[in-house]
Amino acid sequence: MNETTLEIPYEIPADAHNPVEPFLRMDRMPHIWCPGCGIGTTVNCFTRALLDSKADLDKVAVVSGIGCTGRVAGYARLDSFHTTHGRAIPFATGLKLSNPELQVVVYSGDGDLFAIGGNHFIHAARRNMDLKVICVNNLTYAMTGGQTAPTTPSKVISATNPYGVFEPSFNLVALAEAAGASYVARWTTYHVKQLARSMEEIFKKKGFCFIEVLSPCPTLYQRRNKMGDGLDTMKFYKEVSKVRHGARTSECELTKSGEIVVGKFVDRERPDYFELLRAQMTESLGDRYAEPEVSCSEC
Amino acid sequence: MHADPKGVLTGVHFLDGDHACCEGTLAAGARFAAGYPITPSTEVVERFAWRIPTVGGLFIQMEDELAASIAIQGAVWGGAKAFTVTSGPGFSLMMEHIGYAAMTETPCVFVNVQRGGPSTGLPTLPAQADMMQARWGSHGDYGIIALCPNSPQECFDLTIQAFNLAEEFRVPVMLMLDECVGHMTEKVVIPEADGINIVPRRFTHKSPEEFRLFEPQADGVPDMVKAGDGYRFHVTGLTHDERGYPNMTVDTQDRMVRRMQTKLAPLAGSRAFFEAEHLEGADVVVVSYGITSRVAQRAIELARQQGVRAGKFRLISAWPFPAAHIAELAARVKAFVVPELNLGQMVNEVERAAAGKAAVIPVTHAGGTVHNPETILKAIVEAAR
Amino acid sequence: MQRMLTEIRIAGFGGQGVILAAAVIGKATAIFESGHATMTQSFGPEARGGSSSAQVILSSEPILYPYITRPDILVVMSQEAYTRFSPELKPGGILITEQELVRVDRFPAGVRAYGVPATRLAEELGRKVVLNIVMVGFYAAVTHLAAPDSLRKAVADSVPPAMQHLNLQAFDKGFAYGSELMIKLSEHDNDSVVATLEVG
Repeated sequence: MNETTLEIPYEIPADAHNPVEPFLRMDRMPHIWCPGCGIGTTVNCFTRALLDSKADLDKVAVVSGIGCTGRVAGYARLDSFHTTHGRAIPFATGLKLSNPELQVVVYSGDGDLFAIGGNHFIHAARRNMDLKVICVNNLTYAMTGGQTAPTTPSKVISATNPYGVFEPSFNLVALAEAAGASYVARWTTYHVKQLARSMEEIFKKKGFCFIEVLSPCPTLYQRRNKMGDGLDTMKFYKEVSKVRHGARTSECELTKSGEIVVGKFVDRERPDYFELLRAQMTESLGDRYAEPEVSCSEC
Repeated sequence: MHADPKGVLTGVHFLDGDHACCEGTLAAGARFAAGYPITPSTEVVERFAWRIPTVGGLFIQMEDELAASIAIQGAVWGGAKAFTVTSGPGFSLMMEHIGYAAMTETPCVFVNVQRGGPSTGLPTLPAQADMMQARWGSHGDYGIIALCPNSPQECFDLTIQAFNLAEEFRVPVMLMLDECVGHMTEKVVIPEADGINIVPRRFTHKSPEEFRLFEPQADGVPDMVKAGDGYRFHVTGLTHDERGYPNMTVDTQDRMVRRMQTKLAPLAGSRAFFEAEHLEGADVVVVSYGITSRVAQRAIELARQQGVRAGKFRLISAWPFPAAHIAELAARVKAFVVPELNLGQMVNEVERAAAGKAAVIPVTHAGGTVHNPETILKAIVEAAR
Repeated sequence: MQRMLTEIRIAGFGGQGVILAAAVIGKATAIFESGHATMTQSFGPEARGGSSSAQVILSSEPILYPYITRPDILVVMSQEAYTRFSPELKPGGILITEQELVRVDRFPAGVRAYGVPATRLAEELGRKVVLNIVMVGFYAAVTHLAAPDSLRKAVADSVPPAMQHLNLQAFDKGFAYGSELMIKLSEHDNDSVVATLEVG
């Protein structure tokens, strides 16, 4: 089975050059991502998921932070917000709370979401805020030149650890589960079908959902660590990945060249923020509680 | 348009400045607030958290001030009127998002109940030492509006004004209380909803095909949309063109950054908010704002009792600074006396506007309490000589 | 223009309702009469601890300077508050004490001092918590700074509906105690004002 072929079940405009064009701001092409970079692949999967989920695209918003993945918001032909470094999640929280009918997707990188934005991630997960968080994890700060991220595995050479990383790294899926996420999955950019399916799944799942996508940065991470180009990384992913749905997230740590456990690890029912809010307010205030009408078209 | 009666607590109340400010947000139509606890400002959102579930809105206590100050902007783009509240260290943490709001022309309100600094400073005591930070605290060139209430009544009135200006100019507005005004309790009259004027969001009437999110209208301010309405718009903190797309060219930077300042020009001139008294024939004009303006008023009265021709110029909008008015006064008075609860901030603006035509005398105070009126009086009397 | 300005400090333990008492006094003048009132509170670290203090300025004109300098009236409900604040009382001022909680040993010359067993009177109503409103009633009787009816209205306006009756009873009890005391004192020489205190 060729994992990288997309079936295209919708009608392609006669003047389109690429099946994902309806989902992208074509007037902004070419994009800034390097040859071999995996972010574009994840965007392909995302468009596929949008399509398959039959989501009303007027009601889907994408919020990004800063970094290479942070640029996704700029290319998605949706209501899209390129915010400040690390703050995509709290921005998305305000957006979702003010306009609950929106499907709010946070699309950002590992440095943005887990270093500078780490605090927001754990609190949004704790609240079970109804956000869909997609983290493209290239294990480095790519846009600034390949510095160490909180995800960079031990022994890796980076711009700020030229003699090798020695700090322990975060296991993102374990962190997400421990903080309270309702849905946790991990894929690599090799697993395009599974990734698209996971993305589609979280559109239908209420509460805080998290997908980690391992993605190559051939320009910095792979080059500096003599791990080849984008294609070599695909081969690497294929070789070392093990699909293990329901695996214990604590056993899914990533190393420089060891096994990559992928799959859906967590899919549980927890009341989300709005349900908790409504329940508490109704208990305390009864009929006096007024459902939030935060967004207003006239005022 | 008039205020939505749901949020208006019409009546005569005995409220402190923080609580009056909260009532102002509700009357102004704010239905979303995000905050993080910090003295002496928390009472604003404590009251909001108590009031809002029966009005129909939301308060969320975020994990820090960075989160609070950007969550409100997410809410604004979702269609809400929104604000956050903080003091001292929290205001420092919010700086990046004041810049983001300026850059993305997101109408929102930041309430800063000023306390003594720097750093943790005097958590429970007043100062006015964040005035320059309010203007320039985020990196880059931009414009903001800052209003300075001097009583609980004004905390109510100017909060509504702050929201209205934010909407009119698509700009972040700072409401610069101080601990004294925030914690001072006085009579506050809240009118009927139909007696409160509300500036609605300037939602576009154009179709998604025609609309451009950052295309200035005749007043230099672009119209707006909200998420979910089919406009598929893009907002970025990067330098952007009229469509909102990143466009990091010298031309775009110049056009955009200049407009972000010039759109506020009316507020520095014909529409400046200030209160003046006894300026005709004055030898000395006392320029003050916030709580200090009340103490200064006492000093002015004492000076006038002594026969000194002392006038009052109270800044209600500290930013944009009403430079033209000060310049005009400088040509006909001997001196300006500028008391403030800092070691000299707005006095520099007075000096710049006076351009050497009149003496400018600071009356500094490191904060922790208010000036002794006698100190200001002494400066007035000396300046009049 | 001569300002009629009265500075009042109310102080005691946290939990005695010091701030509410001050708010009632301010509200009576600012809302139920045509005067002006400004209330401020001590927000130092002490505000979280054992002691509590609030200041009210009453005036016929708008109040400019927000803090009190030397109180004309000091209402104290704890020994600590008395020790700390009585030296600042203005000569000719009025000292009002919870007489079973405060032992008055010294106060500035010319000060008129009045004591009330507010805690005991509140307990007679079955709720010790309303001692602050008993104090306000007593204050109304001995100071005449606001019409008793204005203060009564301010009490009713400041407590939850379910607590109104109890608080108004507390006010009336304090007011009656103060009125009787004033009648008693007027039957004696002025000198005996101070002598009514349990000095020593």
